[in-house]
Amino acid sequence: MPFIPHTEQQQRQMLAEIGLTMDGLFADIPADLKARSFHLPAGLSEMEVRNRLAELAGKNSVDLTLFLGGGFYDHFIPSAVYSIISRSEFYTAYTPYQPELSQGTLQAIYEYQSGICRLTDMEVSNASLYDGGTAMYEAMMMAMRITGRNKVIIDDSVHPIYRVMIHSHTQNLPVDLNETHCTNGLANRAEILDRLDDQTAAIIVQNPNFFGCIDDFTDLAKAAHEKGALLLVSCYPISLGILKTPGAMGADIVTGEGQSLGMPMSFGGPYLGFMAARKEHVRKMPGRVVGETTDREGRRVFVLTLQAREQHIRRDKATSNICSNEALCALTALVYLALLGKEGLKETAQRCADKASYAYQRLTAIKGVEPHFKARWFFNEFVLDLPCEAADVIARLIEKGFATGFPLSRYYKGMENSMLICVTEKRTRQEIGMLAEAVESVL
Amino acid sequence: MVVEGLLYTKDHEWAKVEGDVVTMGITDYAQEQLGELVFVELPQVGKQLVARKEIAVVESSKAAGDVYSPVTGTVTEVNSELGTKPELINEDCYKSGWICKLQVTDKKSLDNLMNAKKYQEYLDTL
Repeated sequence: MPFIPHTEQQQRQMLAEIGLTMDGLFADIPADLKARSFHLPAGLSEMEVRNRLAELAGKNSVDLTLFLGGGFYDHFIPSAVYSIISRSEFYTAYTPYQPELSQGTLQAIYEYQSGICRLTDMEVSNASLYDGGTAMYEAMMMAMRITGRNKVIIDDSVHPIYRVMIHSHTQNLPVDLNETHCTNGLANRAEILDRLDDQTAAIIVQNPNFFGCIDDFTDLAKAAHEKGALLLVSCYPISLGILKTPGAMGADIVTGEGQSLGMPMSFGGPYLGFMAARKEHVRKMPGRVVGETTDREGRRVFVLTLQAREQHIRRDKATSNICSNEALCALTALVYLALLGKEGLKETAQRCADKASYAYQRLTAIKGVEPHFKARWFFNEFVLDLPCEAADVIARLIEKGFATGFPLSRYYKGMENSMLICVTEKRTRQEIGMLAEAVESVL
Repeated sequence: MVVEGLLYTKDHEWAKVEGDVVTMGITDYAQEQLGELVFVELPQVGKQLVARKEIAVVESSKAAGDVYSPVTGTVTEVNSELGTKPELINEDCYKSGWICKLQVTDKKSLDNLMNAKKYQEYLDTL
């Protein structure tokens, strides 16, 4: 049965009405992107489908020991997270436009927003965005709306995928994007300050940056503010258990990928973009915002607020074309944070840092393995230089059962021998020892 | 309610002309259409605008609307009281609910405005 609502006759009528042929209608789509044929194989039975999918799934390496980070992290997820978020009241909840029947969802989002604000040390948070990259793009557009300027400075120590996303989002927009080049693991102060002027809307940086190095952007916040520009910081939420917060540095908008807060690493997501800002900028912020109020009987209740920023009211002048959020992922982050608590988050972050430090010592003790950046603080990721191409070493380590590191040459020129290694609280001393032995054996 | 002596636009802004200075706001019709205002985004002093360009944004609990400059000129003063009391526009849109003052730089831009009688006639057609 074809799931196409209109008949061939209707199609002909519509095409005749606009004076086009079917090919003419789709002429703008390049030939190489068009489907060559729609002849699909005959259907399979459920059992055959299951077998086929199991066969395909079997090609994945699911039992590797992970030392791979680069923006997405293998943290322990307490079982209670799934038990709570999979309750049908949460799982099937839809857009909470009607507060009188969406109090549970609205309260969960409100508490998520409170959690993000406490974590980042900022005043307001939205109900979440799609992922860390879109959140950064939205923050950039927000900074341009606030300042009425269109020049943006972004350091290349910011996640390469986020920068690719910003480039593709802005290629047809009047944005003057300036990329600076990180020096010895830190955002390039000289280049950034050289580009910073009274036409600049924002400086975008990341902490810890893509190389795992820890920075303090207080100086950049001050410099940006002196020119009337904003400082945008992307951060790794788990690291905030022990690191100086973007809020304390003077950041104006904070974004990040929230996957590390209770979500598994999964190709394609769903992931969680978070965004928090100073209160004075709330009306320029994209996305849903839940606020607390009282009903006519004086009870504490929650509603979507400041909706005039959004597409269903503001139409083409809305702050963003994103009018949805990642509600279930936001709930996951909230439940994870609540289960860990303040001390639990601090302890998790400390363990990541301690174990990464131990791994760094073990690995740099191997002959021929050197730290790429000299004398740099890192959180739970660091860059090592190998005596040969990193991609080859990584491939050989997969055979030994380790997903070890990210080959930096994929995004950075001249880093063919460098790999980014990540250690979370899940890795044991024994696993780190086995990794060191495996690395030594393949060099 | 339409006030005599003021000039009006089709987008429901009013303008009070005193020499080269124009005080502007939104009309009673506009504030009533919007409902209770919760926020007004004011222009920056010094901003230069041509007539019919966006000058401010008014936001109610159910809608947001752009306010357009009735004339070509430079913003010389804004009603900063609206920052904390946007409801002044609902209460008294022609007096305490004024939005900003402009130094007119192109007198011809005044020619396109309607007087009270014409604006009332225009409202009657809506």
